[in-house]
Amino acid sequence: MRHIISILMENEAGALSRVAGLFSARGYNIESLTVAPTEDLSLSRMTLVTRGSDQIVEQILKQLNKLIDVVKVLDLGDTPHVEREMLLVKIEAKGADNRDELKRLADIFRARIIDVTDTTYTCELTGAGHKLDAFIQALGSATILETVRSGVSGISRGPKSLHL
Amino acid sequence: MELTGAEIVARFLADEDVEYLFGYPGGAVLHIYDALYQQDKVKHILTRHEQAATHAADGYARSTGRPGVVLVTSGPGATNAVTGIATAYMDSIPMVVITGQVPSPMIGNDAFQEVDTVGITRPCSKHNFLVRDIAELAETLKKAFYIATTGRPGPVVVDIPKDITAMKCNYVYPKQISMRSYNPVSKGHTGQMKRAATMMLKAKRPILYTGGGVVLDNASKSLIALAKQLNIPVTNTSMGLGGYPATDRQCLGMLGMHGTYEANMAISHCDVMIAVGARFDDRVTGNIEKFAPKAKIIHIDIDPASISKNVSVDIPIVGGVNQVLTALLKLFKADEREQDGEAIGKWWEQIEKWRSKDCLKYKQTKTGAIKPQFVLDTLYKVTKGNAFVTSDVGQHQMWAAQFYKFDKPRRWINSGGLGTMGFGLPAAMGVQLAHPKAQVACIAGDGGVQMNIQELSTCLQYQLPIKLICLNNGYLGMVRQWQEFFYEGRYSQVHVEAQPDFVKLAESYGHVGIQVTNSADVESALIEAFKQKDRFVFLNFITDPEENVYPMVPAGAGLEEMLLL
Ligand SMILES: Cc1ncc(C[n+]2csc(CCOP(=O)(O)OP(=O)(O)O)c2C)c(N)n1
Ligand SMILES: [Mg+2]
Repeated sequence: MRHIISILMENEAGALSRVAGLFSARGYNIESLTVAPTEDLSLSRMTLVTRGSDQIVEQILKQLNKLIDVVKVLDLGDTPHVEREMLLVKIEAKGADNRDELKRLADIFRARIIDVTDTTYTCELTGAGHKLDAFIQALGSATILETVRSGVSGISRGPKSLHL
Repeated sequence: MELTGAEIVARFLADEDVEYLFGYPGGAVLHIYDALYQQDKVKHILTRHEQAATHAADGYARSTGRPGVVLVTSGPGATNAVTGIATAYMDSIPMVVITGQVPSPMIGNDAFQEVDTVGITRPCSKHNFLVRDIAELAETLKKAFYIATTGRPGPVVVDIPKDITAMKCNYVYPKQISMRSYNPVSKGHTGQMKRAATMMLKAKRPILYTGGGVVLDNASKSLIALAKQLNIPVTNTSMGLGGYPATDRQCLGMLGMHGTYEANMAISHCDVMIAVGARFDDRVTGNIEKFAPKAKIIHIDIDPASISKNVSVDIPIVGGVNQVLTALLKLFKADEREQDGEAIGKWWEQIEKWRSKDCLKYKQTKTGAIKPQFVLDTLYKVTKGNAFVTSDVGQHQMWAAQFYKFDKPRRWINSGGLGTMGFGLPAAMGVQLAHPKAQVACIAGDGGVQMNIQELSTCLQYQLPIKLICLNNGYLGMVRQWQEFFYEGRYSQVHVEAQPDFVKLAESYGHVGIQVTNSADVESALIEAFKQKDRFVFLNFITDPEENVYPMVPAGAGLEEMLLL
């Protein structure tokens, strides 16, 4: 089963490698991992997407909690939550028809064109992972030159929050 | 007070009441060694190899309960220490290892004797630090001791770049420390404990399966009281030996791959298992599918990650073993409910039947060839069960665990989790330093004893009167046994063909060497050795070369499928 896990940890050098090292040492899989400092610069917030049986995910949560630098761990999947991921995609855009078509498609998906050249568009799209997948599929015959995805960030709905 | 980083290290260790520092100098720690030279509170023990320094610190920690402390240089000093760090990590031994590092500006430049110590030790230490700022040095050292000794203990590495040890900074001993990201749980959940109490009271065939956690948390007394209160049989893991007195009627001895028949049978037939400070290691469980198939399991452990890792448990209790056992005992004392006395009586009858099989029996030879089991039996007799016994890894280790009856905790010191050959001798040094008057025996094989043999020199320098009992079968015996059983006797690279003359070797190091080849001389040799109270004695027992360790649960088999002699 897919699980999305939020981790609040000390913003120390090497903190990320402790998490990554734990996953490789114990053979857990990481589908995506995002990390950045929070508004309190002494803390980092990580969102990690993994897959595993309930038993494995329980171990993952315990092992994460056991890391000395980890302050809090939450299985976001246990509660209502929001997930967002950002996609940057550079597409070949040559000829007026083709450029119009691509622009319409971007509008439908509420993607923004953030950079333009004679021959390319670069689009930005934020949403749940499946929406990003759908956009890439819809681009269909267009030539994708490059894609970058941020990995999933997640937060719980409602007043509940993950903090110190 | 304004001190250099090196002086802060030395002062801090003194303020932390560190008695012994086990180490080996080098370029990156020159400043620290200079600061140590100028003080006399912390005694430095110069081993002959950094691995030995870590094992000696480990032996000190296991036998006292206090953290072992190590100092080594950068690069090869740190990598040599890794085996000792990993050994301590697997067995949850509190240890602080200070490593030198190249100067901060040179980190990452492949400088002379640079390795990524924090990277290398990350997966085999409880935590590690690279000190980046002199202002954080004292606090980081304090954190290291705090983390190493609390919760589930373990080794912590502090990597200090050389330039930091030369910088100056104001020093105040940080008496207390708190960390927002680290709050080890210590108290068991009351509701869970009540559920456990009910389950234990209702049990018809209960068993206590106890591990190193009992020893680490000094919980022997409460374990004994609890076992007595409910008349429950007790089995120990190798790490747990001595946590419950081996000579007590309720003790079934060690369980697992080379455990006793009665312990493994009782585990396989129990209806309620209370696992205490044990972690369901594969050497203990055998084939996990066949492990305690009829049992409801209560698991008491300080580390939540140990619970339901290998075996899913019915009632987990996260907390310090001693606190939980004490609380449980209180519950039982106040509880009016009665146990099913008849069922418990029957259970004991069954256990006595299993016990009467006398699974550890062995036959003396007619030729006078020495049975290794007999050496350990005799050692137990000669030392009246009071010795500290360290062990190396192999057949001799299993015989020591089976035949020396430990009635007290912290007396049996062996590398359980990592199974590190070369552990026994240096560990004995730490034990003897911590207990200068005590009898310390190191049991080793002819293979492993050569993995840290250079420490004979350290033993002379510090006048450590250890009695090294080498059970010399001429083989890497444990591996040979597996090749005999499971590879049709194809002995691949297990014959230690060229051996030194161990007696002369001991003598050349300035010690006493005794060679024993006949069974009739075993007892007198041991008595003679222990008479030499101030001398290190190397006893080389030439033993029956193809003796095997029984009982044995073959890999992949269930505990009930033991091979008996
Ligand atoms: C460092 C290390 N290398 C290899 C092994 C694998 N191993 C386990 S027991 C053993 C044989 C030990 O031989 P010896 O020291 O003579 O003891 P014996 O089994 O003969 O009593 C070996 C090679 C190990 N445990 N540790
Ligand atoms: Mg041998």
